[in-house]
Amino acid sequence: MPLAALAACLCLPSLWAQNSPPQVSADAREKLVAKRGASAQTKIAVSIPPGYHVNSNTPSEDYLIALKLTWTPGALEPGEVVFPKPQLEKYEFSDKPISVFTGDFDLIARFKTPATAPAGPGVMVGKLRYQACNSNACFPPKSVEVRLSYQIQ
Amino acid sequence: MRIFRLGCALLVGFVLGCLIYGCSAPKPVRAASLKPDKDRHAAPDFSLKDANGKTVRLSDYKGKVVLLDFWATWCGPCKIEIPWFMDFERKHKDQGFSVLGVSMDDDGWDAVKPFVNEVGINYRIMIGNDSTAENYGGIEALPTTFLIDRDGKIAAVHVGLASKSEIENGIEQLLQRPANAPRGAGSVSLPAEFVGAK
Repeated sequence: MPLAALAACLCLPSLWAQNSPPQVSADAREKLVAKRGASAQTKIAVSIPPGYHVNSNTPSEDYLIALKLTWTPGALEPGEVVFPKPQLEKYEFSDKPISVFTGDFDLIARFKTPATAPAGPGVMVGKLRYQACNSNACFPPKSVEVRLSYQIQ
Repeated sequence: MRIFRLGCALLVGFVLGCLIYGCSAPKPVRAASLKPDKDRHAAPDFSLKDANGKTVRLSDYKGKVVLLDFWATWCGPCKIEIPWFMDFERKHKDQGFSVLGVSMDDDGWDAVKPFVNEVGINYRIMIGNDSTAENYGGIEALPTTFLIDRDGKIAAVHVGLASKSEIENGIEQLLQRPANAPRGAGSVSLPAEFVGAK
């Protein structure tokens, strides 16, 4: 019985909130240790609430807004961002499956540390831009801030 | 025993938290039918430019039934509904009916004009702004479609992809009724719960 109550409680708010924009989060999994003159990479954990999806970094239609991670210039030089393989999902509003991400997944953010970078700690600030939908409505594109703590050695 | 009590307290707290959150969370509104007259509120007037630079005001449509669609080019569900609205415009325009589309694209006409031309939209499209969206309850989700009666009052709101027949039934019901009173569209903004957009 307590389990049933718990399950109901977990489900009700998400059902009621289906036409509200989702709260997407993006957090660095760990502090990045970067050596001067070398490359480094870290994982960014992204979480999309149940019932919602975001377009992938390679949307299947031109009009869809892609998932994109960008960094404000800092001590580390941003490099490639590696996205997981997108899912192809069919929705009520699409004639054919579209390329999306759902649930929890990791992005890999790569950086190069200039040989002249000062040793010590710092924070890189980035933005993950996403455009989310559920099965029958879409929400304006938004950005969520990503803060990556690093230590240059 | 102490751990058991602590567990029970946490569970009760969690359940209460869920209930409180659940009660305060916005509820989806998918109007199944038209609101009764007494529950209708005046649709806020707006002044927006169409693709030709002409000003469009809701109050220009005094005495007409209006389908007001908030949409965007990046919104898949909106693109399902637009051909329906074109169809409604063709079928009902001579009965005192108009569709008005308000695009919420940040890129404005650069994004909207090519789409309008490609699809051949046969009704007026304007570029929306934050204040218009706020006046209509915030417009958090697209598409959001308002049916406005001949008295300028919001008779139905559909948030998200609606049913074509449900919208058309609403239009037909509204078209059958003459206007009751002079249109009261003003610059008032309505809380989301009045327009039913949240």
